[in-house]
Amino acid sequence: MRVLHNIGTYFIMISKVFGRFTRWSVMKGLIIKEIDSLIIGSIGIVSFISFFVGGVVAIQTALNLSNPLLPKNLIGFATRQSVILEFAPTFISVIMAGKVGSFITSSLGTMRVTEQIDALKVMGINTYNYLIFPKIVALLLYPFIITISMFLGIFGGYIASIYGGFCSSADFIEGIQIDFIPFHVSYAFFKTAFFAFILATIPSYHGYFLKGGALEVGKASTTSFVWTSVLIIVTNYIITQLLLTS
Amino acid sequence: MITVKNLYKSFDESVVLNNISTRFENGKTNLIIGQSGSGKTIFMKCILGLYGINSGEIFFGDKSFQKMNIKERSILRQEIGMVFQGSALFDSMTVEENIMFPMRMLTKKSFKEMQDRANEVIARVDLINSNKKLPSEISGGMQKRVAIGRAIVMNPKYLFCDEPNSGLDPKTSNIIDNLIQEITKEYKITTIINTHDMNSVMEIGENVLFMENGNKGWEGSNKEVFSTENQTVSNFIYSSNLFKKVRKVYQEEKKN
Repeated sequence: MRVLHNIGTYFIMISKVFGRFTRWSVMKGLIIKEIDSLIIGSIGIVSFISFFVGGVVAIQTALNLSNPLLPKNLIGFATRQSVILEFAPTFISVIMAGKVGSFITSSLGTMRVTEQIDALKVMGINTYNYLIFPKIVALLLYPFIITISMFLGIFGGYIASIYGGFCSSADFIEGIQIDFIPFHVSYAFFKTAFFAFILATIPSYHGYFLKGGALEVGKASTTSFVWTSVLIIVTNYIITQLLLTS
Repeated sequence: MITVKNLYKSFDESVVLNNISTRFENGKTNLIIGQSGSGKTIFMKCILGLYGINSGEIFFGDKSFQKMNIKERSILRQEIGMVFQGSALFDSMTVEENIMFPMRMLTKKSFKEMQDRANEVIARVDLINSNKKLPSEISGGMQKRVAIGRAIVMNPKYLFCDEPNSGLDPKTSNIIDNLIQEITKEYKITTIINTHDMNSVMEIGENVLFMENGNKGWEGSNKEVFSTENQTVSNFIYSSNLFKKVRKVYQEEKKN
């Protein structure tokens, strides 16, 4: 029953986020602030992780190509497929659930504990729209981060392959071009959009409806990370099943 | 004026407010006192509409809050100011921005007009030269004054204060009490203060409501509170040794 209650509360929250809008002159400032903290603030860590994991994927692929009959361009091919299909959209989203999700839950949770949300309510402000809507809008730019991750992941693979002496530059570039299916990129961005919505709303739910004090803020951040990750993984499975199998 | 009629509130099976009726007069400082867990904060939050009620009615002036539509409630909210126990200031905003916030959200004033009004209020709550400071850079007493400033910036008809003296030293508590009372008289607003502080009761308790286990235990003025025959109120008021001595002196004076 409690699970049903929580799911119901979540959907009521979503409907209220899109009700009674905060005036635009205030909202645009909030959106810019959220873009700065949620998107711009994540570029560094996403770039770093993408570059090195891309490199590791290329090295692992190269080390497993023991058969001399297998072409070296397979390293580029495997790196591209891994990065575009799973690593950039899904793995980075789970990392973002830790970084952005915890930030959202703890900031809203602290506002709840310190009665700042009650203060907004007393003023007659739609707190759902004022606090959560800017986060959803900011995360519309999330595919931009995933694009950077895709590029740097493949670039990291390229650098690791060339400087590790696993294949030539021409082999790698040929590998990332062969059998390229543009739909795979559309699929990656399609699921990224779902992940962005999950990343904005699940942590907001855990922060907004927090009960208790400082200790509960920490607990809520952990719970929020777990549930955001679970939903990302499950959604990934469902979308993959629907779009890539026929 | 706020009138509460037969207010009843429960959480599941647990009754937290039982048939409370009272009236909070305009231009007076109305105090709600009682032990922790007696229902003071829930009572205040029910009046504010932060909690729904099971039955009863709350009137702001002659209008029933329960019968108001969304637009009327929205207008009413602009006439309410609230000072929270922990001040509830927005951490990332300066003192000036905190005070300007309700105007930014609810009025169409120009930035210059808002800034002028904010400076007026900042001067009124004695915070000159603190405009650009963040809440983390000022003392607890100053934070309370910012919260009072934010609550009165829209010229409210109703001011609610939830334990405005908590965590403050006695001198700062007196300053805050006097400031609230001055503002109440100056703007002729209906002020409701939730407090544990007996000094506040003595200093500014023009109308005192004592709550006991979700019930209205007693009601009167700060003068009557010293002479009441109600044992529960007396036990609560005179629980400290200092106040026991005050009562002794008061009773001896009365005899003479």
